[in-house]
Formats: sequence, C-alpha cells, structure tokens
Amino acid sequence: MSATETQPDRPASLVEAMGTRTEDEQGTSLWAGAAKRLIKNPAAIAGAAIIVLFILVAVFADLLAPYDPAKSQWISEVSTSRVPGPSPGHPLGLDPFGSDLLTQLIFGARQSLLIGVVSTLLGLLGGALLGGLAGAFGGWVDLLVMRVVDILLSIPSLLLAVSVAAVVGRTPTALMVAIAAAQVPIFARLLRGSMLAQRGQDYVLASFSLGLRRRTIVMSHVLPNSLGPVLVQATLTLATAIIEVAALSYLGLGAPDPTVAEWGRMLVKAQERLAQAPQLTLLPGACIAVTALGFTLLGEALREALDPKSRR
Amino acid sequence: MSSPVERPEAAATLADQGTEGGNLLTVRGLKVHYPIRKGLVFDRTVGHVQAVDGVDLDVPRGQTYGLVGESGCGKSTLGRALLQLEDATAGSVDFDGTELTKLSGERLRVLRRRMQMVFQDPMASLDPRQSVQSLLIEPLRVHGLAPADVEEFGPDSPSSHLAKAAAMLEVVGLPRASLAKYPHEFSGGQRQRIGIARAMILNPDLVIADEPVSALDVSVQAQVINLLEHLQDLFGLTYVVIAHDLAVVRHISDRIGVMYLGHIVEEADADTLYAEPMHPYTLALMSAIPVPDPVLEDSRERVLLAGDLPSPANPPAGCRFHTRCPFVQDDCRTVVPELRVLGPRKVACHHAEEIHQQAAVTVIDGTD
Amino acid sequence: MNAPQSSSDPLLSIRNLDVTFGRGDKETRAVDGVSYDVPAGTIVGVVGESGSGKSVTSLAVMGLLPQRGCRTSGEILFDGVNLLGRSDAEMSRIRGKEIAMVFQDPMSSLNPVVPVGTQVTEVLRTHEKVSAAEARDRAGDLLKRCGIPDPLRRLKEYPHQLSGGMRQRAMIAIALACKPRLLICDEPTTALDVTIQAQVLELLAELVSDLGTAMIMITHDLGVVAGLCDHVNVMYAGRIVESAPRRELFANPQHRYTQGLLHSIPRLDHPRGAPLQPIPGTPRDTVAWDKACAFAPRCRYVTEECVTPEIDLDELSAGHQVRCVHPATRAETIADGSAATAQEATA
Repeated sequence: MSATETQPDRPASLVEAMGTRTEDEQGTSLWAGAAKRLIKNPAAIAGAAIIVLFILVAVFADLLAPYDPAKSQWISEVSTSRVPGPSPGHPLGLDPFGSDLLTQLIFGARQSLLIGVVSTLLGLLGGALLGGLAGAFGGWVDLLVMRVVDILLSIPSLLLAVSVAAVVGRTPTALMVAIAAAQVPIFARLLRGSMLAQRGQDYVLASFSLGLRRRTIVMSHVLPNSLGPVLVQATLTLATAIIEVAALSYLGLGAPDPTVAEWGRMLVKAQERLAQAPQLTLLPGACIAVTALGFTLLGEALREALDPKSRR
Repeated sequence: MSSPVERPEAAATLADQGTEGGNLLTVRGLKVHYPIRKGLVFDRTVGHVQAVDGVDLDVPRGQTYGLVGESGCGKSTLGRALLQLEDATAGSVDFDGTELTKLSGERLRVLRRRMQMVFQDPMASLDPRQSVQSLLIEPLRVHGLAPADVEEFGPDSPSSHLAKAAAMLEVVGLPRASLAKYPHEFSGGQRQRIGIARAMILNPDLVIADEPVSALDVSVQAQVINLLEHLQDLFGLTYVVIAHDLAVVRHISDRIGVMYLGHIVEEADADTLYAEPMHPYTLALMSAIPVPDPVLEDSRERVLLAGDLPSPANPPAGCRFHTRCPFVQDDCRTVVPELRVLGPRKVACHHAEEIHQQAAVTVIDGTD
Repeated sequence: MNAPQSSSDPLLSIRNLDVTFGRGDKETRAVDGVSYDVPAGTIVGVVGESGSGKSVTSLAVMGLLPQRGCRTSGEILFDGVNLLGRSDAEMSRIRGKEIAMVFQDPMSSLNPVVPVGTQVTEVLRTHEKVSAAEARDRAGDLLKRCGIPDPLRRLKEYPHQLSGGMRQRAMIAIALACKPRLLICDEPTTALDVTIQAQVLELLAELVSDLGTAMIMITHDLGVVAGLCDHVNVMYAGRIVESAPRRELFANPQHRYTQGLLHSIPRLDHPRGAPLQPIPGTPRDTVAWDKACAFAPRCRYVTEECVTPEIDLDELSAGHQVRCVHPATRAETIADGSAATAQEATA
C-alpha cells in the first residue's frame, strides 16, 4: 500500500514535541457535537432550567399547591372593592373568586404548558407531513401542497384559531387544534425549504450515483439533515403557543370549565381589578413571559449549536 | 517531425486503438439541454441551455479519459449524463453493451454498482451526519459485496461488510480508527480519500472523477492523484477524469478531450495533445497555464483570448469558439466545424492546419 | 532583480509581525515573526497553503483584522510610518488611497445592490475632491483601462450582470482608482478560469508597471509567482520558510517544503509519466514553531536536530534566505530531487 503515501520516520523527540493531540478514538457526530455545544451555552442552561422548573411545577401541581384549586373557599373575603393581598396563609394573596392565587398559578402552569406543548406537537406533525410530502416528491405534489399552505398562511393565525374554535366548539381540544392549525404552514414551509436546499447538495447526488433507492435517500439522508431548523422553530413556536393559549383564553375561547385554572383566563378575570390588585395581572403575565423566555432561550441556543458555522 | 496531416494511415491506427480490448463506454451524439423556464404560475419554456451538445466519446477499458475545459463548458454535466445522473436530451450512452439512456429506473439502479463517481468537494458529497463506517457500508447494504469480495470476506453479512470497509480504508491510506469518525473530523485530503473509498467499495468498472483534486491544498493534491493511479492499477479501473487543470489531466490521462461550450473541440492522446495542440482553443488554454519556471515564463508567448465565454443558452453560430478565436475567418462564423480526424487526433476547426503552421507559439514541449 | 535591501527605505516594511487569535487553550498564532520588505515599484509574491498565514499578514497591513479576539505585535512600516495600532479612521484614509486590495472572490467583495460605476466613483470621491461628473468620467476611463468593453454601459450595471472575469476587472479598477502606491492581491485569479486568469494577470502586470505601483501577490500557485514576481516569500504555518528572488528560488529551491511543492504538482513543462512525489500528511500535521520546525512532521529529511526552537532564517546566498536545518544542496536540486537522492541524503 506504500504506493499512496510514505510517512517519514519521525524522530522520538519530534513526536514528543508534537504533543499527544488527544485524538478521540470515538468520533463525534453532528448531533453529539451540537449537544456538547448546547451544554456549554449558559443561555441554553438558563432556558432549560426555566422549562424544567415549570414542567415540574405542572406535573407535581397536586403536591405543590397549598389548596384545592376548584374551591372558592374564601369567597367571603373578596368583595367588588377589595381583593386581599399576601397574608400568612396565602403568600400571593387571593384571586377575585376567593381562591388562593398561588394554587391557581401552579395549576395554570399545567393547563398552559399542556395546551402549548400538545398544540405545537400537532402543528409540527401536520407541518412536517405536508412539508415532507412537498419536499420529498416535488413536482405537482409540491405545487399543490404549497398552494394549500399559502392559503393557510394568508389567514391571520388568531382568526384561524377563532374560526376553528367556532367550528369545533369551546373545548381544550379545539384550542389545541386551533393553535396547531395556525402553526402547520410555518413548519410545512420550513421543512420543505430545508429539504429542497439539502436535495441540491452533492451528497444527495452521490447517494443516487451509489444506487441508493429514492426512499432511502429521502428518509435517511435528506430528512435528518433538514430537521435542524425545524427543531429550532418548534422550540421557538412553543413560546408563541403558550402566549396564544393565553390570548385565546383571554378572548373567551379557552376551556369552558371556569374552575380549571389557566394563565390566560386569569389575566382576563383580573383585568377589571387592575387598579386595586395589580398582582392579579402581573403574576400570571410574568409566568407566561418567563415560560416563553425559557423556550426562546433554548431555541436560540439550539439554533446556534446546530449552525454548521459554529463547528470547530 | 513531419506534419500529422501527411499521415493518413494514422487514422487507421487510431480506430484500431479504440477497439483493442473493447470500449467500456461508448457515447454517440449525447446532448443535454436544460429548459429555461419563466412564468409565475405555469412554467413556460423560453429557451434551452445547451450544456452538452452532441458529444461522441470512446473510453477503452482500463484506460483514463481526461475531459478538460473551463467552467461552463459542460464537462461536469457530461460527466453526470454519462452516469445518467442527468437526463440526456438525445444520444446514446453504451456501457459495456448496455444502453443506459433507455434503461428503466430499477435496472439502472442495480447497474450503478459498476459505475461510480468521485466528487470535487468531499465535504459536500458526504452526508455530514453519517459516520465513516455508515458511509462505507451503506452502498454494500444496497448492492451487497461483489462476488470476489464474498470469497475474501466470507458470506455477505454485516460483519463482512465491516471487514470490507476496514480493508478499503486501509487501501486508501486511512487508519481503521477512522470508521467511528465523522466527515467534519477529517482534513480535506482525508475526506477525499473517504469519498474515493466509498466509490471503490463496490468494485466498480468505471469511475468518473469530477475535479477530484481542485478543492484540495496543493501539497495534498499529489497524494490523491497518486492514490487514484494506484487504485487503477490495483483494480483495473477505467477512469473518466474531469478537470480544468490541464497539468493534472495530462498527468493522469491516456486520452484527452478538450471541451468548449458543450462541444469536444479536440481529442488526442495525452502526449500528442500537449506536443502539438491543433485547435486554437487548446493552444490558448495551454499557453494560459502558468508554469513554475521563471525562465520559461519569461520567454513564453501567450495566445491571449479576447472576452468571455458566450452564454450556452445562446451559443454563437458557426464555430462556437469564433467570438474569441484570434485566428477567426469568415467561414468560422457560419459553418459549424465537424470533429475530423487529423493524424493521431480529432479536431473541430476549419483551419487547424494553417493555424498550426503559422502560429508562432512556444508550445511547451515536455521532452526537453 | 534587486534584493529588497535597496539603498533607500522600502515602501512597505513588515518587521516581526505576530498575529494571534483566541486566548488561553484556543490561542493560535496565525502569523509568527514575519518580516519582509516591499520596495517601491516591485512585485513581491507570498506563496503558501491554507493556514500558512499569508492572507492574515496582508489583512494586518490593511488594518482589516477583527478588533476583538485578535492580537498583533511588531511593526508594519509604510513609508517609514508604523501602521499597527492606528485608529480605524486613520486607516480608512490610507485604505483605498495609499494601499488597496483585490480579493479572491469578486462577487462577495463587490456590493451586490450598488451599480459598479457607483462603487468606483465612491472610492474616488471619498479620497479625492472631484465632482460627480468628473468622477464618472474617470470611472469610465478606469474600466476601459482594465479591459472592460463598453465601459459607459457597464458603469450602470450591477455586479451580478458581469461575468467573473469582468467582476475581477471591476475590482481591480476600484482598487486602482486612486493610484495607490501599494496593491495587495489575495488570490486574485483563483476563482477564475485559466484563460481569464491569463488575461487578468497580464492586466495586473501592465497596470502596475504603468502606474509604478508596488504589489504583493498572495497565491498558492507557484506558476503565477514564477511569471510575475520579483521576489518570492514562501510561508508555512505562520512563518516565512524561504525567501529568494524569483529566478533563484525556482532554480535553487532549498527549503524542503518549497522543494516538495515543486515536485508534487503535475507540470506541463516536465515529461509526462514522471511520478509525482507528494508531501506526506496534511497541513494539519504540524508542531509549534517554538518546539521544532513546523514542517518537520511532514518532512522526508527530518532528524533529531529539527526539534529545536531556534531555526533561523539563514541567508545562504545573496537575497536567498532559508529556515531549514537541512536545506537542499545545489547538487540535489540539479538532480531534481529524485527519490534516490532523497533516500541517500537521509541515510
């Protein structure tokens, strides 16, 4: 094999001077490399910490919340002119219906996160399906799918959500479907664009020239390489989804059961008491903002970590 | 040296040479035209880019055919069309007795085992998310080991695939530990070795290398050129090497075709082409290449071409080179020159003989 | 060709230039004690591969290195005045006016949304007090001189409407607009086809000699250097390893890297069939200069003596400096570095 290359015999002192550059025996895949960069990024850690915190709160709401959220135990202490603020038994005070505010916020996390996550997953699924179809087949399939997506995209997302809610009715499912429907075109366009860009790459041509089947090329090469931007978008969309849940609830399209706590609806109810008890609006508002911030931080960090330019 | 024109018998030897051992690849009248589309909703074809416009090639088994030309001359498109990675608009590509242009999808896919490609940019042509092991084994999973390899590595199983992959890595000069690594962890030259290993792992008969070294550092290019030559000896491969660098093509090729705007304008064996270029474009191309020898550089006379390459969407009438040719005459503007046999070469120029006589060009002769 | 040490001070004199990127563990020294002169009216070639520091040196001269994450030391004397440490405002008065640069990729160094003519007149009007009409006339003349046909029409066109060769000509027109005293060309023809490269090189040589401009030609192509430059510096891993007048360098290359480069490229002026002798390894296989010769890991002639921090640029003959423990002898060079002599030398 020496015809290809002969390495010069390096004197021992030179080998020593070159140092033992710790060459990993095990290679680092792009995903693993991205994960490493993600862990080193303080923004990602902060974002993830916020998200994990809220998820824990949502999951263990029953254990964490001091009171039962469904009962208005202190209705007598609330009047049209007064909502009691923090007191020894109620660290954040009461809400306008005589429930403990902290309990409501804790259970609100469950509802907001659940709807936000499920709707984003639905949107991602639908969008990936449409975008993947368009990106994989191209031609008239692409043309057809993308025109449908264009139509969806031309409808303002809130209007779309309101229409879906109007058709399906006021249930949490309707809320999820409504928000998901607004997200479908975003994901569809993103994945399609990403796939089209990847399809133009030489490695796809190389795969064809090796005699790989079109299905294999699309599923195991084009798709995995196109997912990065979609994942980033999903994380960022989660932030908007949570805000949208709140917005739709605010518009009165949220879950019909008034005893189920939800941040958006808490905002609505507190609105008329803005002057006398500002904490009623500020606290749920802060919860929405911080959760959204968490997802945004993580999303941006993910974008950075997946960026090929940040390699090496 | 007597003028090549006075040796009609040379034409006969030329023809014989082609059939000796048989041609692995025979191309006739190959055209690749891309439609230029315009329109918002419904695409409308407003013209065609004539990337490859009527090319004949004969590539003898076990030899290297070099295609040179500048960007936009259609050499890469031609290379891809040979492998049916581009649809041919017209013409035929005969690969070892099989007409490729009429082959159905699945039969073509199976046949791809025997014809492989080495790409210019090894980073772009390897899936960045695949480990070297996966990159090398994937083609084996699709096509299975070649019969000779089944004998050497045992039954066509995942473990013998791995053994073959490791053996192939060694052949291209990379350590076995590379199997677990990913393309971005290698230098450019090493990546190109991986690309070459992947093309060779299926034991192909024909390998088309499209600018295999132009993306590499100068000091590494020679390694890859030597590797390609070594593999050709080892496996008895037939190469089509596409490059813009005449020095590289001359070094590696037995026969060379010079392309200009979708046509082959001159074809000859490597020594003849460089000793006596007959087409004015070949002359210009050769005289334009800088040579790392100041004495020669100072004494060289260059055939400088005026202007740029015309658009292949709207090629000039007559000889396609006439807009830049320093020796242009009236008939060049109207009559398309045929590729005609002239001694040991083929040339597509009406006035090749006169130009050859009058051109006071210092042709670099490698024999001094 | 006269050696850079002429009686008067050279136009540009780089003295002990260090450029370091990053900090701590990630610190990399891109340029390591580089010194060279560019006398007025001469063309100096800088040859090297990616990572050799050839481009970083020229960016330092232009004051175009990033402000953050990059430290420089040494001196860059232009007309006797140190350019290092000048403010950006001061540098921008010099850039374009006194020193101009042509980059490899004309598409990305031209502004895509501004007509070519405006980009030429912009430079003229920034550095000289000329009226719009006069600037336009001069821009037209410049384009014409740079071999752009129909210059008045071209002035109104955008970069994407020009071919690669025309764009590079436009870049050269912009660079030469204010008749700079030094022109730095960083791989100006690498992105171009050979026939266009020949045109552009011819044009550059002609313009530079007409205007009396000095030029630094940065390239990886030894052929380009052979036909154009008066003096050549070969760089490897941030240092100059060999520096010689053009004819001397090619007739008598003494550094093993220079020699290796000349033997590893297929050459039109050599008989066909001669096997190539590649330089083993990759530019990544290196060692820090403060421990050993950085080329040692790839060198066929490496010995224990190469592992020393003090490998100086020795002047072996007039104007010919080499940084090598085992430089090639003249006899070896004449034997054309055949594999046989190479083996004997090491034995």
